[in-house]
Amino acid sequence: MIKGLALLSFCFLAGMWCGALLGSWLGIDANVGGVGFAMAFLLFSKEYVTSKGGWNGEFGFGLDFWNKLYIPIVIAMAASLNVKSALSSGLLALLAGTLPVLLAFGVVKILLKQVNPEK
Amino acid sequence: MKELEAILDKNGLIVAFLLVGILTWATDVFSKKALNGRIPGSALAIGLALVLGYLGGIFAEGEQGLADISYFKGLSFLGGSMFRDFAIVATATGASFLLIRKSGMLGLISLVLGIGLFFGFGVALGWLMGYRDAVSLCTIGAGACTYIVGPVTGGAVGASSEVIALSIGTGVVKTIAVTILTPVLAKWIGLDSPGAAMAYGGIMGTSSGVAAGLAATDPSLVPYGAVTATFYTGLGCLICPSLFYLVLSTLLG
Repeated sequence: MIKGLALLSFCFLAGMWCGALLGSWLGIDANVGGVGFAMAFLLFSKEYVTSKGGWNGEFGFGLDFWNKLYIPIVIAMAASLNVKSALSSGLLALLAGTLPVLLAFGVVKILLKQVNPEK
Repeated sequence: MKELEAILDKNGLIVAFLLVGILTWATDVFSKKALNGRIPGSALAIGLALVLGYLGGIFAEGEQGLADISYFKGLSFLGGSMFRDFAIVATATGASFLLIRKSGMLGLISLVLGIGLFFGFGVALGWLMGYRDAVSLCTIGAGACTYIVGPVTGGAVGASSEVIALSIGTGVVKTIAVTILTPVLAKWIGLDSPGAAMAYGGIMGTSSGVAAGLAATDPSLVPYGAVTATFYTGLGCLICPSLFYLVLSTLLG
């Protein structure tokens, strides 16, 4: 179990590092795609470990646990968002936070229609 | 009673596990018994958590929703960016690299489209509300992208602290709007495949909103949405204070 968890931790830290490096290389104070790099590392590692026959139930459990813990984490995140100040930060924040989102849903729909015309 | 209080206070993270567990259990039962499963339990739990966050903000007058009440402070740790990103990366074990590569171009297009759309719309609304200087408009537009792009951009172009606060507020409203609207509109926009989730993640961009919205819609799509959304904030922090700011200040003379 701990081996799988260690692999996940390694990929996470390496990915975050890449994101931070890319950020500072671009000259901005933000992590650029750290989660994306980490996911790519994890996918490659999974291929490798599977090909060596090391991806057994016990090993996978260390990762699967966190995979499943994901929704509870999102629930905790939702409960600790600053909802009150978001709702009270004025009309402009409310409008600029919601109207583009509605429009964006329309854009996703149109974009997906362009890509999959049969749907 | 004093002993219990001390234990609750000392073991915040464990209390958070218990709270989220109870919330999930209650909403699952409610979803199955009262709604015949029409609304997934996780969507109800996330919605209810937002309401609790609002109530927490009223009672505790802090900045972290329910987590400002001292017994519940573990929630902000469990729901903080470290665990959130760690769990998102773990979801990649259920993703297929081939599918991600197949939709890579679509993801890239949606990223650029998404940042342009939210920035442009934010600037337009700021203009309508009476802001006329490039610095404030740029910061408000960046805030419409995510609540990280807003303050990073505002800091870079030298916006006033009220405008920066406004941009953070806008970004948080966006996260909440995406969280609530995604499960409602998922069917209508055709959000039912890995490629669709990648396009959606790139356009919406707010990692928290995309993550929560997909979790409430179809958890198997989470890694695909997250893989594009993770580049959104970085790309926004790159483009907004540079290219977009130059365009704005040129347009405004």
